[in-house]
This record gives sequence, C-alpha cells and structure tokens, in this order.
Amino acid sequence: MGLIDIARSKSPWILHFDAGACNGCDIELLACLTPVYDVERFGIINIGNPKHADVLLVTGTVNKRSARVLRNLYDQMPEPKAVVAIGACALSGGVFHQCYNILGGVDAVLPVDVYVPGCAPKPEAIIEGVVMALGRMQEREQARKRGAA
Amino acid sequence: MAQRTVIPFGPQHPVLPEPIQLKLTLKDEIVEEALPHIGYVHRGVEKAAERMDYTQNVFLVERICGICSFIHALCYCQGLERLMGLEVPRRAAYLRVIWSELHRLQSHHLWLGLYADAFGFESLFMEFWRCREMLMDIFEKTAGSRVIISACCIGGVRRDISDQHLQETLDTLEALEAAFDKSSDVMLNDYTVKKRTVGKGVLPADKAILLGAAGPVLRASGVEQDARQTGFAAYDELRVEPVVETAGDCYARAKVRIRECRQSLDLVRRAIAGLPDTDIAVRPKGRPNGRTISRVEQPRGELLYFLAANGTQKLDRLRVRTPTFANVAPLVHMLPGCEVADVPVIVLSIDPCISCTER
Repeated sequence: MGLIDIARSKSPWILHFDAGACNGCDIELLACLTPVYDVERFGIINIGNPKHADVLLVTGTVNKRSARVLRNLYDQMPEPKAVVAIGACALSGGVFHQCYNILGGVDAVLPVDVYVPGCAPKPEAIIEGVVMALGRMQEREQARKRGAA
Repeated sequence: MAQRTVIPFGPQHPVLPEPIQLKLTLKDEIVEEALPHIGYVHRGVEKAAERMDYTQNVFLVERICGICSFIHALCYCQGLERLMGLEVPRRAAYLRVIWSELHRLQSHHLWLGLYADAFGFESLFMEFWRCREMLMDIFEKTAGSRVIISACCIGGVRRDISDQHLQETLDTLEALEAAFDKSSDVMLNDYTVKKRTVGKGVLPADKAILLGAAGPVLRASGVEQDARQTGFAAYDELRVEPVVETAGDCYARAKVRIRECRQSLDLVRRAIAGLPDTDIAVRPKGRPNGRTISRVEQPRGELLYFLAANGTQKLDRLRVRTPTFANVAPLVHMLPGCEVADVPVIVLSIDPCISCTER
C-alpha cells in the first residue's frame, strides 16, 4: 500500500448530500462531527467541495430534481471514491417508497458501497458505515492496481 | 463600473444541511436580488397521506421533519381527536407538552450551533451541539429513540415516563442550563458575534406581517404571536407568554430563540411538577368524519394542518402549512442590499427547514 493510500485510509474526507431526507439522518450525521462522537479523531472531515472528497454520504430518498445534483456531485469526486447510503429512505425509499416524486433509494442513481439502515441510524452506525466504505474503497483500489500491473 | 454576477447559493452548500437554491444577483459585493428555487426534497407526503390509513399517517407525518417530528405528530393527532370527539387524558396532555418543549429546546440548540457555524464560530457550534446531546439522551431514555420518537398516538401518548426518568430529566436539564448560560452569553455579548449579527437582515414589523412571517422571525420583529396561546395540549394550564424582541435583525432573532430556550426549560419543569396521575391514552372508536384545522407552535413558528375525513379509513385530504414556507418570502425581502458574506448568516437566521417546506 502506497503512502497516498495509507493517508487516505487514515483521513477520509466526507461530502454530505441530502437527496430528499426528513432531516433526521442529516442531523445525526452532523452529530457525528460534534464533541460526543467527534469523528475528527479519526481524521474524518466534512467538506463542502466534492473535488476534495473521498466518501459521499447520501441521506434520504432520491427524487427527480435531486437526482441530477447527486449525479453531478458524484461525477466531480476524484477516484477512488465510495458512496454510503444512510437511513431507510436512502436504502429503499423508506416510508416514502411509493410517493409520486420518488425514484427510489440512492442505488437508483449511483453505485452504493455501504448501506446503513435505521430511521434514523445512530451516529455510531454512521461512523461504522464510513469505516466499512474505506475498506471497500481500498480493496477496489488494490484490485485496480493489480489489473494495471 | 459595477459588474453584475449571478451566483447560485446551494443546493449543496456547507452552511446548509439541506438543499435549497438561492440565485443571488450581485452588483459587486452587494446582493441585488435573491430568487429561491425549491423542490430538491419534495417527496409528496400530502398525497401519500391519502393513500395510507389515518392511523398509519401518524408515522408518515412524523417524517415530514426529523427535527420537530413529535410536534408534527401532535398537530395531526390533535386534529383527528377533534374529528373523532376524543378527550385526551390530562397526563397525556402534560407529557405532550414535556416532549414538545424538549423538542423545541433541542431544535433551538441545533439552530444556535448551525448559526454559530454560519459566521465561522466553530467552537461555539461544538459547544451547543455538545449540550444538545444531553437532550438526545433524554429522548432515548424516555421514548427509546434519538430522533424520531413516535411517542404521540391518536388519543394520547404511546408510553409513560417513569418517576425515575422524570427525576433524571430534571437533573440533566440542570446540567444543561449551566452550560447554556455560558454559551448563550457568548452568543449575545461577544464583540465579534455582535459585529456579524447586529443590524443584519432587518425585517420591520409591518413588513413581517405583510409578508406573513411566522414564529421567532415574526416575534423578533416585535409582533406578539405564539400559537401556544391558543391553549392546545396542556398549554391552557401552563400559560405561555410570547417572547418578543423589537429590533428585527439577526441578533434579535437569536435572542428570541435563546429566551425561548429558557422558557422551554421552565415549561418542562412546571409540567413535570404538575404532572397529573391519570391514564395516558384513550382508545379511538369509530372513524373520523368532517373537516378541521389544527394549529400548534413548532420551534420555527406556527404549524397548521387541514384535515378532511369522510368516515372511512382514509383521509380525503391532508394539507400542511409549515412555518419555513411562510418565512421564505420575508427572507427574499431581507437579502437585497446585504453583502454576499452575510448571506449565510441571514439565510440561517430564519431557521430554514426545507424538508418541512417541501414535504
């Protein structure tokens, strides 16, 4: 594992996008950053710029209007990247699954690496989701390097 | 020569946890016009409420907004209880007040933190959110969940709070108040904070009424209006005086919310002290029929539900009017003339809850 890979696994920067949530998951996600959970201990920083981000955290169902923004954000993130879907709505649409404006879960638009269930999931679960996503990201990166060699 | 630029503010922006887009037309650094574009979190809750049973809808309306979910459920249940002629037991009414006020406290803490973050005071943000976790622990202890507590049901509340948990709640509030004194002092008296908030985004009282502002935004402009005065749940016995400030700027809006936090602390204590010993719920009988309007006070202002039932299991119509929607028009009025660096502070000062607005 090269230096950059090590650095990335020790300090992943996250980008959060609310694709149509009720706020519950967003607030729990923000709570992860604050003193009681404090993910900055693990080098995790919430960043506003998709071009600096490693992990995309998506909360909420995807609707027709937010799908375009979500796709756009994902495309702007540099490789390697991972997507974590947070909460019942991001998994399948949750309580809103048959509403007219809903396309479905996040996987209707993006390839999802980790699904964090719950309504709303606890901050501990969200942190574990990010850590799992890092593992997936690393595996993929190593496989890509082996393929290139 | 001054140059005109259009800047899209949002939908994905570090200061906004939720997506809303403001197209800002700038003349150099000064905002000339702000146009809101919404629809990023529209889910279609009102239509879904016609498809589901009226009992299932309690869980649906809770998920309109995760910050004040209990108050949404309260407003909906209250409307249905009126249609079905149910008298809620007094203990349930008091428990509803306790949970509502705890939700208001946690929502205001959340807002004060985000607001501090909007003008770049990160340690104050962390401090408010550290205190907020105490409230989340109360929710988890008393209702079993941190965010969406599902404690309200048609005819009362789903669970009781034991005496031991009531005592622990009081102890936690004691610790919370001590911490709140310190951090709210910074918010109100710090030189830098005042520089960023005093005189920014002024909304005069006549404009606030004309544009239909609600909640703390309206009260910070000097208009005395609070839906809790109508005396729903147990507010008829626990009287509430509206918190009013007159300046109408961002500083006044923060001050209103800080004073409301103290009011909520007081209300929770009074409600716990006067908690009657009755049942916590009555069983609903029959089906709802007729039309009604239900009003409650949310942390962000007045929430209004219109319910139309037809005597079957499904409702004809559920209409939700949320306070943030009422506050978008005042926001569009506040922005022109301000500097672009003040836009996040002014946007945050109305406490936007987009998931409520768009449902």
